[in-house]
Amino acid sequence: MADIEKDSHHIIRYPKLVMVWVFLLLLTGLTVWVSRLDLGVLHVWGSLAIAVMKAFLVIAFFMHMRYEGRLLRGLLLLTLVTLAIFIGFTFFDLSYR
Amino acid sequence: MNSSNHPTLPLTSFWNDTGKCGVSAWVFSTDHKRIGLLYLYSVLISFLVAVLIGLLLKIELMAPGRTIMGPVTYNALFTVHGVLMIFLFIIPGFPGVFGNLVMPIQIGASDVAFPRLNLLSWWLYITGALTIVLSLFTGGGPPDTGWTFYVPFSVRTGTNVSLAVIGVFIVGFSSILTGINFVTTIHRLRADGMAWGRLPLFVWSIYATAWIQILATPVLGITLLLVVAERLLGTGLFDPSRGGDPIMFQHLFWIYSHPAVYIMILPGMGIVSEIFPVFARKPIFGYKMIAFSSLAIAGAGSLVWAHHMFTSGISDMAVLVFSFLTFVVAIPSAIKVFNWVSTLYKGSISLEAPMLFALSFIMLFSIGGLTGLVQGAAATNIHIHDTQFVVGHFHYVIFGGAGFAFFSAMHYWLPKFFGRTYSEKPAMISWGLMFAGFNLTYFPMIILGMKGMPRRYYDYLPEFAPLNLISTIGSWILAAGLAIMMINLFMGLLKGRPFGSNPWGGATLEWTTPSPPPTENFDEEPVVTHGPYDFNRAGVP
Ligand code: HEM
Ligand SMILES: [Cu+2]
Repeated sequence: MADIEKDSHHIIRYPKLVMVWVFLLLLTGLTVWVSRLDLGVLHVWGSLAIAVMKAFLVIAFFMHMRYEGRLLRGLLLLTLVTLAIFIGFTFFDLSYR
Repeated sequence: MNSSNHPTLPLTSFWNDTGKCGVSAWVFSTDHKRIGLLYLYSVLISFLVAVLIGLLLKIELMAPGRTIMGPVTYNALFTVHGVLMIFLFIIPGFPGVFGNLVMPIQIGASDVAFPRLNLLSWWLYITGALTIVLSLFTGGGPPDTGWTFYVPFSVRTGTNVSLAVIGVFIVGFSSILTGINFVTTIHRLRADGMAWGRLPLFVWSIYATAWIQILATPVLGITLLLVVAERLLGTGLFDPSRGGDPIMFQHLFWIYSHPAVYIMILPGMGIVSEIFPVFARKPIFGYKMIAFSSLAIAGAGSLVWAHHMFTSGISDMAVLVFSFLTFVVAIPSAIKVFNWVSTLYKGSISLEAPMLFALSFIMLFSIGGLTGLVQGAAATNIHIHDTQFVVGHFHYVIFGGAGFAFFSAMHYWLPKFFGRTYSEKPAMISWGLMFAGFNLTYFPMIILGMKGMPRRYYDYLPEFAPLNLISTIGSWILAAGLAIMMINLFMGLLKGRPFGSNPWGGATLEWTTPSPPPTENFDEEPVVTHGPYDFNRAGVP
């Protein structure tokens, strides 16, 4: 399909890649900093949120997902949603033990 | 053309038309039909070895006490039996063999979307299989954990669990790649006029299966790697004394392995959905519901895994939710059974070998499914958990269901690819022996389990002796039937009478091309003008 192939060879310029990399480093620093705060329950959520942001950056830029067609993005979303459901359902056990 | 031609097979078929017939023209072929046959031989070898091991297990259980082996050997053998049957026979079997052989032709394609990836899948399968075989003879010897590799035992045992698990991991990759290949093929390579509503039901079932392969198998891969990490690095993930959680392993394992039972059974359901209309000369009843229920089973069936864990100490809330969801999955399964029976109703039924296996599928699968509900109910589960009841139940589903569907497909489709066929009489006799032997072997196990005989033990109390003896004798009848079936089938395929292009009178595309088909499957690109069970418009009323 044309819309898949159109952008698959999109070239990202180095400055942009370096910027993403710097952002990732900053977020890593943030992870370390957050791990030293006493946030109670929010602790896990905070770390998870940062991890999600980092994953998003890697998938969007380094793995080119930002420049792919709708089909591939949809499939990726489906996979992530499935994983979220799998993990989510284990909480019927974990949170009620 | 030259001496490398296959002597008994037509020159214009995929066996000969490329002029390449040596071993390397097979193991490096990207033709989906050749790859399908490679899978056929590989999974059948695994199956036959595992059957022999199963027979040994049954001989051990013939009488109380030690009969031919002690507990250590028994533990190793039921593990190897289970691993071979599950990971090397029934999971790769349907997609690898019939998904490859039949699906591309049924949608009017000349091959799968990624032929080389397809070949890689087979090579990964072989690599994984050899790794598993290697694990039996190296390190601490064959694993003795059961095919489920439960922690903490799988972490502590001195047997060669690590290598076996890596073998299963590699086979898992093969499965994922096949899934990706098939989803793409079904989306992109359908012939002109092959709308989604005209897809044969076997293709629908392979499609649903492929999605499970893609989405669930990675979880198994991760889980198995964690076991290796636990064994080699002592990470403590599943060790409560270090903040780990042993039940987490069971969650992870069953997140894959329950959906995996649908990898085993869905294609079988697809196969009998092809066979009933053809042998009852009636369009399928409720096409849309059968297609839809495959997807529903794949989806809902992915959310029931903890029904294997009711006695493991999970929360009551989880027991409630997963028990409920298990009952929900029974609905689409029952829809299918209803539709098959309605298809048969008032049909003009001819009882040939494929049909006999398909009909017994309904009965054996129903027994398997209903005993499954006994286990899905939280209360009765406690009584029969880890007993012979479970062993009876899952053999009814995966052997009586999926296995019999596989044999049905072998009789229905393999002649298409060999251009020759088996004799009907021995085929029917072998079916009779297998059906009788099967029930004699496994029904006693269901009763034994309810009386309290546990699974995975080489010995039992004297009161269980009579039923165990019946079961062992049943396994010999079953084995005799299997032997006759295999010999009759393969002698026929190689030397039997010729098989025309459409002897069964099917209306799907594989019956419009010669037997065996040419390498490109069709002499000219097919255009589809009618549904898969529209016998009138296909000209085979
Ligand atoms: C002639 C054929 C077969 C015989 C005689 C047989 C017999 C047995 C026996 C005696 C056990 C062990 C029971 C126990 O002590 O717990 C067993 C376990 C098992 N069988 Fe079979 N079986 C046969 C075919 C199959 C097939 C076709 C499949 C699947 C496709 C299969 C899958 C399994 C599995 C998964 C286990 C569980 C292993 C474990 O506990 O880890 N079997 N079988
Ligand atoms: Cu299950």
